[in-house]
Amino acid sequence: MIALQLFLEFTLLSFVAFGGATALLPEMHRVVVENHHWLNDTTFTHLYAIAQAAPGPNVLVVTLIGWEIAGLAGALAATLAMCLPMSVLIYLLIDRWEGFSGKRWQRAISLGVAPLAVGLVFSGATLIARSAGLGWAAWALVAVTVVANLRTKLHPLWFIAVGAALGLLGLV
Amino acid sequence: MTAAGTENQSRPDLRALFLGFSSVGLSGFGGVLPFARRMLVEEKRWMTPDEFNTQLGLCQFLPGPNVINLAVVVGKRYQGALGAIVAPVGLLAAPLAIVLLLALLYDAYGSLPLAQGMLRGIAAVGCGLLFAMAWRMGAAIRDKRYFLPFTVMVVAAIAWLRWPMPAVMLAGLAASGMVAYWRLGKK
Repeated sequence: MIALQLFLEFTLLSFVAFGGATALLPEMHRVVVENHHWLNDTTFTHLYAIAQAAPGPNVLVVTLIGWEIAGLAGALAATLAMCLPMSVLIYLLIDRWEGFSGKRWQRAISLGVAPLAVGLVFSGATLIARSAGLGWAAWALVAVTVVANLRTKLHPLWFIAVGAALGLLGLV
Repeated sequence: MTAAGTENQSRPDLRALFLGFSSVGLSGFGGVLPFARRMLVEEKRWMTPDEFNTQLGLCQFLPGPNVINLAVVVGKRYQGALGAIVAPVGLLAAPLAIVLLLALLYDAYGSLPLAQGMLRGIAAVGCGLLFAMAWRMGAAIRDKRYFLPFTVMVVAAIAWLRWPMPAVMLAGLAASGMVAYWRLGKK
């Protein structure tokens, strides 16, 4: 049963999801597109785009991937797998957090994770670029988005609206 | 932990937890953590700013979606095990329904050229937003000389060599964690 397999694969991933679901994009692509061929590149890219345009936590891209692979059972299995293990762990640990927060090993892990998470998000960006098969106009849009997002305080929805409009007009 | 509240506002029941986190879930695009802080600390005053920062610490320390972890913590604090279930469910229920509705639309109309074009445009922008996010996260790292090499290694292993992420992260965390431990000892 694919939903169960999805649940097990994504449960494993939830333990290394430093940086949330965004950091998991490359690995989800590897598991879902490259290893199991459950989705193709185009669908994967589209699901990422839909998740970007919808309100809610970033984790919902996982829900969409589960839905396309195995319907409602897949959507729930993937979402639960991503959220449940750490939720249980945090439920058990939160009362002890004050005890180990600020210890040298705890700070070392937090410091050590940060550069890895940057690498994961960067990899996710290159992966979306690759699987979307961007042309030169789309690359120009990527570049403008990066600069504008770093230099202005415009809400991300504006960028998404512009991207959608340019896409509708067939310009990217 | 659950000291008797002096006023209604400070000790939410299950319904209030569900509704409060629902509003958070619906208010953000691409990350709702800032909205969670606003709701918890400024609007409902379920937590002081200090409490929020401390509890968020563990949520960010552990992997997984930070804001879901935070909902579990807040739910547990006010309504125990039941609250720890109701709060994250409230956070996810409405956005999940919306996203599944979009999925239905995608299944019905996603193959139309117009829809394909629109999604391609959004994906390009989404890609740009990811690059920008990586840049911002990278810029915030201190001691770049010691830590950015690990970023490069992760990109090489994940994006280029396509190695499995759990192994890469365990090895990477062991190595960069040791460097961090050593750097912390120097100060």
